[in-house]
Amino acid sequence: MAIKTEPILLNLGPIHPSTHGVFRMRALVDGEVITDIEPVFGYLHRGIEKLAEQKSYRQFIPLTDRLDYVASMNNNLAYVTAVEKLAGIEVPERAEYIRVIMSEIQRIISHLLGIGSFFNDMGTFFTPFFYMFIQKEKLTDLLEMVSGQRLLFNYMRFGGVSHDLPDEFLPALNTFLKEMPAEIDKYERLLKENEIVLARSKKVGILSPDMAINSSASGPVLRASGIEWDIRKADPYSIYDRFDFDIPTGTVGDCYDRYRVRVEELRQSIRILEQAVAGIPKGKVLNPVPLRFRPPEGEVYSHIESNKGELGFHVISDGSDKPYRLHIRAPSLLNLTALRKMLTGWKIADAIIIFGSIDICVGEVDR
Amino acid sequence: MPELITVGAAISPNLPWSDWQFGFWIHLLIFGIGIISLLLGSVIIFIWLERRLVGRFQRRLGPNRAGPLGLLQSVADVIKILTKEDIVPSRADKLIFWIAPIVAFTPVVLMLAVVPVADGALLADLNIGILFVIAISSITALGVFMAGWASYNKYSILSAMRTVAQLVSYEMPLILSMVGVVIIAGSLSLNDIVKTQTVPFIVLQPAGFFIFFIASLAEINRTPFDLLEADSELVAGYNIEYSGMKFATFYLTEYCEAIVLSTLAATIFLGGWQGPWLPPIVWLLLKIGIVFCFIVWIRSTLPRLRIDQVMGFAWKFLLPLAILNIFVTSIFVALWPETPAWLMGLTNLAILVAYILFWSKLFKPGGKAVAV
Amino acid sequence: MTVAITGEEVVGTLDKKLKGAVKSVESEGILIQAEKILDIALCVKNNKNLKLDYLVSITGTDYIDYLEVAYLFYSLDNNKRFTLKVRLENKSNPAMPSLTGIWIGAELQEREIYDLFGITFSGHPNMKRIFLWEGFRGHPLRKDFSNGN
Repeated sequence: MAIKTEPILLNLGPIHPSTHGVFRMRALVDGEVITDIEPVFGYLHRGIEKLAEQKSYRQFIPLTDRLDYVASMNNNLAYVTAVEKLAGIEVPERAEYIRVIMSEIQRIISHLLGIGSFFNDMGTFFTPFFYMFIQKEKLTDLLEMVSGQRLLFNYMRFGGVSHDLPDEFLPALNTFLKEMPAEIDKYERLLKENEIVLARSKKVGILSPDMAINSSASGPVLRASGIEWDIRKADPYSIYDRFDFDIPTGTVGDCYDRYRVRVEELRQSIRILEQAVAGIPKGKVLNPVPLRFRPPEGEVYSHIESNKGELGFHVISDGSDKPYRLHIRAPSLLNLTALRKMLTGWKIADAIIIFGSIDICVGEVDR
Repeated sequence: MPELITVGAAISPNLPWSDWQFGFWIHLLIFGIGIISLLLGSVIIFIWLERRLVGRFQRRLGPNRAGPLGLLQSVADVIKILTKEDIVPSRADKLIFWIAPIVAFTPVVLMLAVVPVADGALLADLNIGILFVIAISSITALGVFMAGWASYNKYSILSAMRTVAQLVSYEMPLILSMVGVVIIAGSLSLNDIVKTQTVPFIVLQPAGFFIFFIASLAEINRTPFDLLEADSELVAGYNIEYSGMKFATFYLTEYCEAIVLSTLAATIFLGGWQGPWLPPIVWLLLKIGIVFCFIVWIRSTLPRLRIDQVMGFAWKFLLPLAILNIFVTSIFVALWPETPAWLMGLTNLAILVAYILFWSKLFKPGGKAVAV
Repeated sequence: MTVAITGEEVVGTLDKKLKGAVKSVESEGILIQAEKILDIALCVKNNKNLKLDYLVSITGTDYIDYLEVAYLFYSLDNNKRFTLKVRLENKSNPAMPSLTGIWIGAELQEREIYDLFGITFSGHPNMKRIFLWEGFRGHPLRKDFSNGN
């Protein structure tokens, strides 16, 4: 005789210690098993795309910082390259190298934060999180040296970057690059083959390659499912075609693969940084552009490989000094398309881990 | 049938007040007050110890503002909790809501009644000491479930059910690991068990200590089994709706349970108050501290398991090992009572290692998606 | 480098009935009629040479006379890109078929376009607002949206 059970409606969020921001999921739960889940968006919607139509091109750069607030340099880079493509602005050599250095440093910061939170959700009481934060603090200090800010930098400009690197920057970066690989090995020793980590994240939340392509996933989520697609290799922007690096991919597409892909991307970023620091030339860092400049009429879509995935800006200009339409292709929003398929059938504890392994930032989801 | 307990005969004869007129009542008074004050006092110290130790594991300092070395931090926390508003949800079951913290806290203190701090110095020298401890420790699960049920909150009920399932499953290996010690010592009384330990029982029963330690981690809801208070999941579990002094009681219960189970581990497996030069109570506190530091070490390092993995671990891994341990120990005690200690300990250790290597190939704690 | 497939190349692969739906051909995409979007998209996805299987983004724009929706596709194997554009003249009640049957990735983006522009996509499994709350009146990204709403 089967016991009659009733599913209950559970609200995970919006205020919850581990939904990575204000994000809400309504789950229909039968015992411990999630039978249906519906994500609710819009808790951080600020109307950035509408604001873009009322601000000049240069005034919009600080707003791009606030999209994915842990990847501020990458957001700046995506927007600035889009408008430069539209208006045909040239960027000096030294500025290109500085942009690559900043972008890769930002990628390391974001991945450290993502991996740390992933283990936090798993229950290691902040210990890997703090260890990774020590390294992250060193990088944040470097970025503060350059731009004066710790989180939202507003550093890139059309035609280059706003300030040159101070003299202490490159030696400090070199010290960091020498000690970082040993630190990554230190994290790996505890966490890579840990029995509990394997039990909680292997074969959990599998995203098959077909589903990944069909649901427009990008970034580490797509690469963990086995698809080798990285915009830095496929459609190189800035000067990425001069650097030598690999693209880590996973095999199965479970949470463990997503975590491994992020760790390997840390190592690849260190490789790129070493090459960039070795080859950086002298020169000016900005080709100035008028404050209220008017790009020619036209439209452009330009994309970069941000730390969460493919960040694209679709800019339509009508010849005036304000954009006519600016659409942001947000990687976190599209990575969440397959959330329902990934979560149904798993238990509540797994739902938190799977959601954490996608590593979204709500500022980008809701814009 | 020998009497299990008689009033007045429960005090051991070598205490100074054993033969005074009101000796029994004086004994009760001294030890009653002593146990409660020692327990509550040591909670303050152990909370400080845990926070500093976790901070050192995470390469940071830990509390260092309130008082020298942060020693008054717990005092500050207690004052803060006492001044908080005590909110009772309007649809909660008021009587059970009020009683639940008391039902959860009292058995923990009662367990210390049978633990000796020196030869014969314990509140009640029951000759069924371990049975008493086991029986009383199960009542805490009832208090936890009452708390979850009376809160009238979906999250609490879910969490309370998980808690009861976990607490009940891990009692089996806990009890069976103590049976091995009882067979060697030949008595259920904790005083006798300590006195029989010329060699600490951890040497004779490493498998028993292993099972006891892991099962007690689960009983006190500590990582890796702390999914009940996982604040990254169901936001604090069964005590979501509690605030003020009632919440403080639950918090106190958690730490007191940790201390009491460390005390039991120290008494049963590490030799209790025995040791050279220092007074016995200092030795006992030292051993409790060492076991507690192990618990904190594990907490700050390992991630947590999921509920079905936790249950699978108890029933499929620990329980067969505990039964195997009893079997092997009884064979030794019955057939070869004069085996030297090292031989018995080595066999036990070999069985533990072989079991872990062999059984873990067959038993994987992973889980699968359920088809919906 | 991701190269754009020219409009002529794609038009060459369509069959006769669908060729009629192409309104104009550009260097990186084509402009088609709204009703035929499903068939043409399926055609370019299944075509062995084009293999445009990755939907990148859907952008809505309000040109004052009409609403335009632009779909950008990539082919991951061939490393090429292509754009499909659709214009909707009826601004009071714009509607067009939804691509969620073929690409799940269209689901959230089409909800966003409904929320901010007012275009309903028929065949969408969950056609409701995504960022703004239920009961919000108006569609903010239209040029004639006034803040008093």
